[in-house]
Amino acid sequence: MIKEIFTPLTDNIIAELKVGEMVHITGEIYTARDAAHSRLMDMVALGEEMPFEFKGNIVFYAGPSPAKPDQVMGSIGPTTAGRMDLYSPTLIKRGLKAMIGKGLRTDEVRKTIKAHRGVYFAGVGGVAALMSQSIKAVDVVAFEDLGTEAIRKLTVQKLPVIVAIDSKGDCVYDDR
Amino acid sequence: MREIHIDKITATVAELCIKACTVVAPDIRAHIEKVVQTEDGLARQVLDNMLENQDIAKRERMPICQDTGMAIVFVEIGQDVRIVGGLLADAINEGVRRGYDEGFLRKSVVADPMQRTNTKDNTPAVIHYNIVAGDGLKITVSPKGFGSENMSRLKMLVPADGIEGIKAFVLETVKLADSNACPPIVVGIGIGGDFEYSAIMAKRALLRTLNKPNPNPYWAGIEAELLQAINQTNIGPAGLGGKTTAMAVHINTFATHIAGLPLAVNLGCHVNRHEEAQL
Repeated sequence: MIKEIFTPLTDNIIAELKVGEMVHITGEIYTARDAAHSRLMDMVALGEEMPFEFKGNIVFYAGPSPAKPDQVMGSIGPTTAGRMDLYSPTLIKRGLKAMIGKGLRTDEVRKTIKAHRGVYFAGVGGVAALMSQSIKAVDVVAFEDLGTEAIRKLTVQKLPVIVAIDSKGDCVYDDR
Repeated sequence: MREIHIDKITATVAELCIKACTVVAPDIRAHIEKVVQTEDGLARQVLDNMLENQDIAKRERMPICQDTGMAIVFVEIGQDVRIVGGLLADAINEGVRRGYDEGFLRKSVVADPMQRTNTKDNTPAVIHYNIVAGDGLKITVSPKGFGSENMSRLKMLVPADGIEGIKAFVLETVKLADSNACPPIVVGIGIGGDFEYSAIMAKRALLRTLNKPNPNPYWAGIEAELLQAINQTNIGPAGLGGKTTAMAVHINTFATHIAGLPLAVNLGCHVNRHEEAQL
């Protein structure tokens, strides 16, 4: 039986997540990848309000393929999280607690996740038709001009991910 | 001299882009079906997910991976062929434009590496031309995702580095790539030639069908040895640990300079997309 967690994530939900366990996420999450992160950083620097509430929410490093007319969502999956490492500590300090991506993070990101009791989930890269089946609704909430890199609010049901860095700072890639 | 009209080339490229991105090649499918039996725990679950994903993509005619890549196109033009109706490069780019639009594939190309404005039609393609004998035209499209492309590396070794230097660099590259390259990967290696030729050989090595070792027994032996070493790293499917880190190691070689030993390692993900057509 795979554990299901619901957004918004509370501190209690995050604290109970253990590295290496697979969980299903249900609720609303937000996509943001390279270009959106770059813009979020500019907004933080200018002291502007974020385009969506960070508290309790999850950012999914993903840029989907276009949906066909009969689809809610095209193919979608995690991109390499390492490219967001330069931005993540700033955003975590600003209140972001949970991220979904693919692959290792820097020590700095890991320490910041631990210090702020956050969590980093890993999705399996390249199983994007499968992941797309978990997306039930999509709304572009910011940076529409970025196309696939726009920030989208996704309503997800049982999105499969693995706890890759938990709130204690333990990392799934250490166990290999 | 045989004439080939550009319209045929455009239609072929469009079709190849869509097929490569939505239908997994039979050799890759068969390999994953085989190795899934050897894994347990998370590794098995990940490989099962990959198979299920391939089934859904085929059924729904949607991309296997959201990163439908930059279109890398290899063209082998018979020297007895004349292209008519327009420019070959334009025909190929029109095919990419059409394939990525009609196939609902992601447009992942920016016009300038610093200004980074999306071209919105996935053009231009990277095109490699070769003139060959005969009156045929062979087109291979490899939609290359950058999770694996970003982890590829090139080094100008010196002759004294020898085969041990080659092996160490390949292993180091795979370890640095880790889960980012979406394992189980295909490792394409180019050895010899010069700087850019080694890289093109490495990319071409990714186009080789699985289970077809290098025809030279020496290099076939190195391929087998490297594959074994890579699969002992315990990086595993999706980097979550396991016996299956790579599906194959393919080495291509060429003559080189007395002072040199160029080495390029190009990584392909667990779908390692490429499709070809002969016109």
